[in-house]
Amino acid sequence: MLTRRRFLKTTALASATLLLGFRLDGRPAAAAEGLAPDAFVRIAPDNTVTIVGKHIEMGQGSHTGLATILAEELDADWSQIRVEAAPADAERYNNLFWGPMQGTGGSTAMANSWEQMRRAGATARAMLVEAAAREWGVPASEVTVDRGVVSHAPSGRRATFGELASKAAALTPPAQVTLKDPKDFKLVGKDLRRVDGRAKTDGSAQFTLDFALPGMLTALIARPPRFGATVTSFDATAARRVKGVTHVVQVPAGVAVVATSFWAARKGREALRVTWNESRAETRGSDDLYAAYRTLAGRPGTPARREGDVEGALRGAAKVLEAVYEFPYLAHAPMEPLDAVVRIGADGCDLWAGSQIPTVDQQVVARVVGLPASKVRVHTLLAGGSFGRRATPNGDVAGEAAAVAKAIGGDKAVKLVWTREDDIQGGRYRPLYVHRLRAGLDGQGNIVGWEHRIVGQSILKGTPFEPMLVKNGVDGTSVEGAANLPYAVANIAVDLHTTDVGVPVLWWRSVGSTHTAYSTETFLDELAHAAGRDPLEIRRALLTKHPRHLATLNLAAEKAGWGQPLPAGRARGIAVHESFNSVVAQVAEVSLRPDGLPKVERVVCAVDCGTAINPDVVRAQMEGGIGYGLAGALWSEVTLTQGRVQQRNFDGYRPLRIGEMPAVEVHIVPSGAAPTGVGEPGVPPLAPAVANALFHLNGQRVRRLPFARLAPAGTRTS
Amino acid sequence: MPTLRINGAARTVAAEDDIPLLWVLRDELRLTGTKFGCGIAQCGACTVHIDGRAARSCVTPAAALQGREVVTIEGVSGDVARVVQDAWRRLDVAQCGYCQSGQIMSAIALLSEIRRPSDADIDAAMTGNVCRCATYVRIRAAIHEAARTLGG
Repeated sequence: MLTRRRFLKTTALASATLLLGFRLDGRPAAAAEGLAPDAFVRIAPDNTVTIVGKHIEMGQGSHTGLATILAEELDADWSQIRVEAAPADAERYNNLFWGPMQGTGGSTAMANSWEQMRRAGATARAMLVEAAAREWGVPASEVTVDRGVVSHAPSGRRATFGELASKAAALTPPAQVTLKDPKDFKLVGKDLRRVDGRAKTDGSAQFTLDFALPGMLTALIARPPRFGATVTSFDATAARRVKGVTHVVQVPAGVAVVATSFWAARKGREALRVTWNESRAETRGSDDLYAAYRTLAGRPGTPARREGDVEGALRGAAKVLEAVYEFPYLAHAPMEPLDAVVRIGADGCDLWAGSQIPTVDQQVVARVVGLPASKVRVHTLLAGGSFGRRATPNGDVAGEAAAVAKAIGGDKAVKLVWTREDDIQGGRYRPLYVHRLRAGLDGQGNIVGWEHRIVGQSILKGTPFEPMLVKNGVDGTSVEGAANLPYAVANIAVDLHTTDVGVPVLWWRSVGSTHTAYSTETFLDELAHAAGRDPLEIRRALLTKHPRHLATLNLAAEKAGWGQPLPAGRARGIAVHESFNSVVAQVAEVSLRPDGLPKVERVVCAVDCGTAINPDVVRAQMEGGIGYGLAGALWSEVTLTQGRVQQRNFDGYRPLRIGEMPAVEVHIVPSGAAPTGVGEPGVPPLAPAVANALFHLNGQRVRRLPFARLAPAGTRTS
Repeated sequence: MPTLRINGAARTVAAEDDIPLLWVLRDELRLTGTKFGCGIAQCGACTVHIDGRAARSCVTPAAALQGREVVTIEGVSGDVARVVQDAWRRLDVAQCGYCQSGQIMSAIALLSEIRRPSDADIDAAMTGNVCRCATYVRIRAAIHEAARTLGG
């Protein structure tokens, strides 16, 4: 029988656990059930090892990679590993490269976690070993661990992690641990199957769009027809008549139609009439921007790099080449439309989302709802792709969901969904850019001067990242890949014009390198051609001080059979580019479609990403990066006419389809260095490698992307 | 209120007017393995089988399916389905995984009709299924591998 005294004691304990949530030393309160030496791993009596992933899984394999690193030092068996997403917490789940912020981006997940997850695994292992040694009365130095089994050979004793977990939990974690010699790695470097592979093939993987709560409502927002327009008034009479529509409310992003189902919300939004105030909206079109940017490109900008005397070098050159490039706005278009679920409750607020920066979302939701951030619990779900789109410095989608939940009175959970039309038309694009390059050759075909001018919007201006990444008026993400051009040229100048346009922009898989790799690597090819030099040879000659570039370039060239004959109608192009501390070289083998567009037959890719934690995931990321880069180069462009986006869905914003995907061969440069990025670096070299091959087929230098501009709609074949 | 056969069971659904099958599956029956990607039959994330053939549920009115046999990723079964899902796992096709239900449903429909598809057959059958992670290299390889397994 439950006495009053015991009841009080029990509830007091329960409250303490709930209130604390985590012990002050960072150990989860639930640790009593098993071993949880830190915030990254829990070993349960049932012998499962749960790894807490501080990085979002959006397809890039971060959960598999984090688990591999930790399991390696733990000497766990791969089959006992589970991964769960960490709650938002900038202290414990900080991205160590970013400062106090939990975030996944810039291809940093493995690089910033490498030491941290190794230490976490080694710590847990040491505690299991110590627990076994005490239990068996043997020296810890005689206890070994292999594939999830702790053993003492002299006595023949064995125990599973699960059997030792509770005893190990009573020990104090060691202050010092010894990490493995990489030659002893058993999991790192192996093609382990992904931890999410099964759930992603039977329909059970849960994305935010799949998440539901009892009584949850779905909201769509009627958004302005031009960026910067605001609501003047709206007539919700017809919308409210749609069966299932429960609320029509104004929010900062527009007018939200809330309903008991997606379909009702969609029909309600169609029936809604909104009058917009467009007096402060952006009304320029893409052509207006290109024209203005081209004019700017004729004038010096803010210096990003200056070495030697470029003007003098160009004046004295035997030959000067000049090229102007145009890059359109690009939508990320991840397959899962943007979405977030918010529930405001008596004890705080819950957010379910697949966000790349959960602690920013946490702060944004807290501000909107009017709570301290500590009262906003973030539940991170799988993201159905992102490519940068779910990494908004202003937490746009989560903030909208919170605004709607608050506007309807806060008694129901709200799932906010962007339709595909909202996604393509709603902004946060890779910025539109114009580049102007000039370079001089001497009589021997050497490059004597290189001038590179970039014109476009800043991604970081006005965001919390600005103080960190904008230096002396130069947004590092606008010039990365150009300002750090690796080629040995004595006189070099890179400068930037940052423009002010009312179109919201954002990082798009590989960020600055989405455009800088294209202009630098195709322009270098033009210079090679003008100098009568082989494109591979000129790169080798200019990269002697960059051994990683050189080795990667050579590996790609060798595996592609550079210089060897090809079937008639095919040509090769090559490009090499460093991004996110990895170097990728690609050789594209291209033929011509009847309509003049390139058909990429095969891509040979070499990558130096330091230690390849899971080589198969590295290959997958290179394959995916090549496909994403090719989609962007071949088809993708968001165009504006008088400020209105001209594309609506995948019919106008054309994705890559299976028949357009080349065969891909990936070669990984052997390396014992710490891991570097793989999610983004596969993208940048693809477009220039294809463009360089295309030149050999039709003599054209493509300076306006996408390639689809070579064949107007209506003339296209496949 | 039409009665549909979904994954082998008769389900009477409150499908009114023009609601597409996709939203009946997802919002009413909570079968969320079938995904929303575009809503205009351009991406294939919503692919299900209707009477054994691949169909885009986002543009298929549920009311028109009285008495028809609908199978989703949650209910797909048989040798072809098992072999295709196995191949997908062995090759780790999925990255973000969001489109893969649709890819797998299209692949099963293809292999149920053509046991040894050529690359051209694969292009034709799979062209309506978009993958923004561009897992196409492995999708093709997994279909060929599944075909070899099924061929015995």
